[in-house]
Amino acid sequence: MTAAVAITPSVESLQNTARTLRRHALRMIAEAKSGHPGGSLSSAEIVTALYFGGILRHDPANPEDPDRDRFILSKGHGVPILYAALAESGYFPVEELMTLRQVDSRLQGHPVLGTVPGIEASTGSLGQGLSIGIGHAVAGRLDGKQFHTFVVLGDGECQEGQVWEAAMAAPNFELDTLTAIVDSNRYQLDGAVEDIMSLAPIVDKFAAFGWNVLEIDGHDMGAVVAALSQARAHRGQPTCIIAHTVKGKGVTFMENDNEFHGKAPNKDQLEVALSQLAPVT
Amino acid sequence: MTDTQRGSPTARAPRTELPLGRATREAYGDALLELGKANKDIVAIDADLAKSTFSWTFGKQFPERFFNIGIQEANMVGMATGLASSGKIPFISSFASFVLGKGFDQLRMGAAYPHLGIKVIGSHGGISLGEDGVSQQSVEDVALACALPGFIVCIPADEHAMKKAVHAAAAHRGPVYLRLGRPKAHVLYKPDVEFEFGRAIQLRDGKDVTIVANGLLVAQAVMAADVLADKGIEARVLDMHTVKPIDRDALEEASQITGAFVVAEEHLHYGGLGSAVALALAEGTPAPIEFVDLGDRYAESGKPEALMLKYAMTADAIVSAAERVVDRK
Ligand SMILES: Cc1ncc(C[n+]2csc(CCOP(=O)(O)OP(=O)(O)O)c2C)c(N)n1
Ligand SMILES: [Mg+2]
Repeated sequence: MTAAVAITPSVESLQNTARTLRRHALRMIAEAKSGHPGGSLSSAEIVTALYFGGILRHDPANPEDPDRDRFILSKGHGVPILYAALAESGYFPVEELMTLRQVDSRLQGHPVLGTVPGIEASTGSLGQGLSIGIGHAVAGRLDGKQFHTFVVLGDGECQEGQVWEAAMAAPNFELDTLTAIVDSNRYQLDGAVEDIMSLAPIVDKFAAFGWNVLEIDGHDMGAVVAALSQARAHRGQPTCIIAHTVKGKGVTFMENDNEFHGKAPNKDQLEVALSQLAPVT
Repeated sequence: MTDTQRGSPTARAPRTELPLGRATREAYGDALLELGKANKDIVAIDADLAKSTFSWTFGKQFPERFFNIGIQEANMVGMATGLASSGKIPFISSFASFVLGKGFDQLRMGAAYPHLGIKVIGSHGGISLGEDGVSQQSVEDVALACALPGFIVCIPADEHAMKKAVHAAAAHRGPVYLRLGRPKAHVLYKPDVEFEFGRAIQLRDGKDVTIVANGLLVAQAVMAADVLADKGIEARVLDMHTVKPIDRDALEEASQITGAFVVAEEHLHYGGLGSAVALALAEGTPAPIEFVDLGDRYAESGKPEALMLKYAMTADAIVSAAERVVDRK
């Protein structure tokens, strides 16, 4: 086998891809008049780095490839940004994005296994994705495979007990083929995580449970790509990336306004948002 | 008339004017606030859905007796067990799918087995939750709650019945499950409606068939009864808000008079109101039954009305079922 040199796109071009995904996500949510803009936007760099930054080893033409890397969006309500990434990767037509949340659409309001290729787990009931990721990683080990499993969680989601059961299990299994990324945007549904049920100190918690913990600015594309490749290379224990993010990132009136946790932008708001997310040349 | 014509939503306008009122979840918040003012032992917990379940109506008034515990449904139920054991009356709310799904063992060990007075509030019941899709659509909650010994399981149909149910839940000593709905509900009752757990409310008298329904489907049942009347079929309509304990007397009388049933509910086929009615009738005076429910499957994302239509939980579906069951007599 010849050593394939992954040609990673430049940070600038990845940033433009993230803007494209954000525009898709907001258009979809606005069209459906329903969905979760805030948490879709905060994950945009993470998802972009995975799918377009040379991190995730996957082949949209062969979505069932047993050797593919797995991506699980445990915070399933952020799925618009994932659908956008899957469509832009070629898993299904970009036009289909606008059917989000409609009757008879494949694009369900939360990810559903078996609907569109590229979705690896049914999520939406928060707290379950990391356990599922452990299952994939263990299956990979049993089969002698090299694939890596990435799981994105919300910070509010980390209040669920099951997250900490999984957090305890993964280092015990020495699962270095598993990476958790916490989209730490500081808000959940009813308000600020800090006010409702603080997770602090989250870095120390994961470290105490036996994880290799990295802390990054989740909107610094270079840092996101670097952390993900470091996580993939790390041996002996799973890696948890605490990605500090801004809920609603990229749209001034959505940033840190938790009104947009689960509210669609109206037509005018969408226009303003799209103009703020225009490609930069 | 063919079945496809029957299935058409615009085939006819319902005769009974049932104005759209508030969602039953809104009424829940108001009633909880009233309770809180009257009784300082009322405590509420929510799991990061306080603005959706309307427990926040209570929470903002009584911050010291309200706990938003975060996304921790199992912990919420366990905490309620301790509160109830120490003399409090905990009302714990989330989406129905999460409080029952994630809190089931805790409810079994901490509410049902010790028969503690925990009031379990499952909001956004059924597929009329809509666009969020299956992960949030609770269609098994009635089966799960009915499985728990000693639980009262109740799905009020409108805002007024809901308020009465919340007060009744607080007054009842044991565990109670109340399902709330997301969409606005048709108003069926006056604010002073007589409401008692385990006692069905008869909304229409009839001798040919009995429609037993709860939740949002009670309004559909009333509309269906009007359509059936035009076809010469007189339907009795029972709002069976309490699935457990079921009103055996009302069912027995209806069986003897009408000899045929349609059960309509926003739930899976197994373990809900349909199962409860079938059990009660089998133990009394059996009669043929047709079921209007989700069947043995999950639904999908979509607008609430579109889903109710696609998954055939409408007045038209009840009309067709009534005609079928009358033929079976
Ligand atoms: C088990 C469960 N409980 C409640 C909900 C309702 N819910 C949907 S999103 C959300 C808040 C999630 O907050 P976070 O994980 O921080 O996500 P983000 O801020 O990225 O949107 C809640 C409570 C759910 N989906 N699952
Ligand atoms: Mg968050």
